[in-house]
Amino acid sequence: MDALTTILNGVPATLGLTLAALALGAALGVPLVVLRRSGNRLVAGFARLFIELLRGIPPIVWLFIIYFGVGTTVKLSSWTAATVGLGLISAAYMAEIYRGGLNAMHAGQWDAAHALGLSRTAIITRVIGPQLVRVSIPASASFAIGLLKDSSVAYTIGIPEITSAAREVSQNSVDAMVPFLLAAGVYVAITIPCAWAARRLDTVLRSRVAR
Amino acid sequence: MFWDDWTTYAPDLLQGLGVSAQLIGIALAIGLPLGLVLAMFANSRTAIVRSSIVVLVEIGRGVPALVMLQILYFGLPSSGITLDALIAGGLALGLTTAAYSSEIIRGGLQAVPFGEIEAAQAMAMSRAHILRYIVVPQGLRICLPPLLGFCIAMFQATSLAYTISVPELLGSAYSIGSSTFRYLSILVLAGLFYAAITVPASLLVNSMESRLGKHQR
Repeated sequence: MDALTTILNGVPATLGLTLAALALGAALGVPLVVLRRSGNRLVAGFARLFIELLRGIPPIVWLFIIYFGVGTTVKLSSWTAATVGLGLISAAYMAEIYRGGLNAMHAGQWDAAHALGLSRTAIITRVIGPQLVRVSIPASASFAIGLLKDSSVAYTIGIPEITSAAREVSQNSVDAMVPFLLAAGVYVAITIPCAWAARRLDTVLRSRVAR
Repeated sequence: MFWDDWTTYAPDLLQGLGVSAQLIGIALAIGLPLGLVLAMFANSRTAIVRSSIVVLVEIGRGVPALVMLQILYFGLPSSGITLDALIAGGLALGLTTAAYSSEIIRGGLQAVPFGEIEAAQAMAMSRAHILRYIVVPQGLRICLPPLLGFCIAMFQATSLAYTISVPELLGSAYSIGSSTFRYLSILVLAGLFYAAITVPASLLVNSMESRLGKHQR
């Protein structure tokens, strides 16, 4: 079971990269959605173009652009490149998720908060924000699970995660198939409980929040 | 400085784009029919069929497309089957497509109003006929926008075939980059090629979605 141990050693890198990129994306998604919803059409248009480009170019191409392209002038570690690359892509997806949540929110929420004389900041942090987090959970969870699988592309720039461990084992053993099947099993073993937990969280929150 | 590189190497990248197009063609030709079959049998009356489809689909969606590629290209030869890189790539992406599209199509089939099925039953249509003439045509129409959106995502995923040395768009960009050291300009051009296809396509799907949805609101 040496192969499995080596592959399991890749799990922390996969999880770490996924969480770092997700955190970066969740944070950067906020200013991005603000720009995207800006009243200034030029600003909104640029934000939209930026989001479309981030989502329209494959993750592996972004990683290569950053690691090999930008990396020729600025020295970047593979961890920085992978986190920034996947983080920027996540920011675009998270911005769209936030935007969907904001659109789904009843306009009466803003009106009622205004009528109560709340300041703009208070409306966002006390009224809209908490509901937005709640509404965004299911979509963010499925995105996060997708991101976990997408993080496998980071092996191409040398992050020692699950897929890279599987390749390493595969190249040093007679049977090339088993390591990859083990890696596949590890991904399934991580993603299925995550999907289940996300669904549970959603039902629990749903029963607590009146619609 | 970018422009000179772009005009010099654009023809090579276009050739790579052609290979990407072949890849997505193979993947969709395998994956979409397989996805439809899986979706149709997902509501089978036999419990074993139902549960084995759930297992297959969950595995297919849980395994990253990249790992699927490695299994078929590097793994299969050790069990005596050696596939050409393009075929292995198309097949691996096709299997991933099948797993995801079956879920999308199943959602569409389930969205067909039950009254339609009841009416068909009242007309004494057989189960197979109801599926073929009532449920599938309407269900496919309902799930067309998300299905097309997924096909666009799969087109992006063809870039993963670079890792099994298929000379597609990213692969040709990378090999030009490594021989000229002009990584940035070439890779950016490759990215723009991807975006030139995926961005208009997803805008088209979005507008189609809002047009199709209009009468249902």
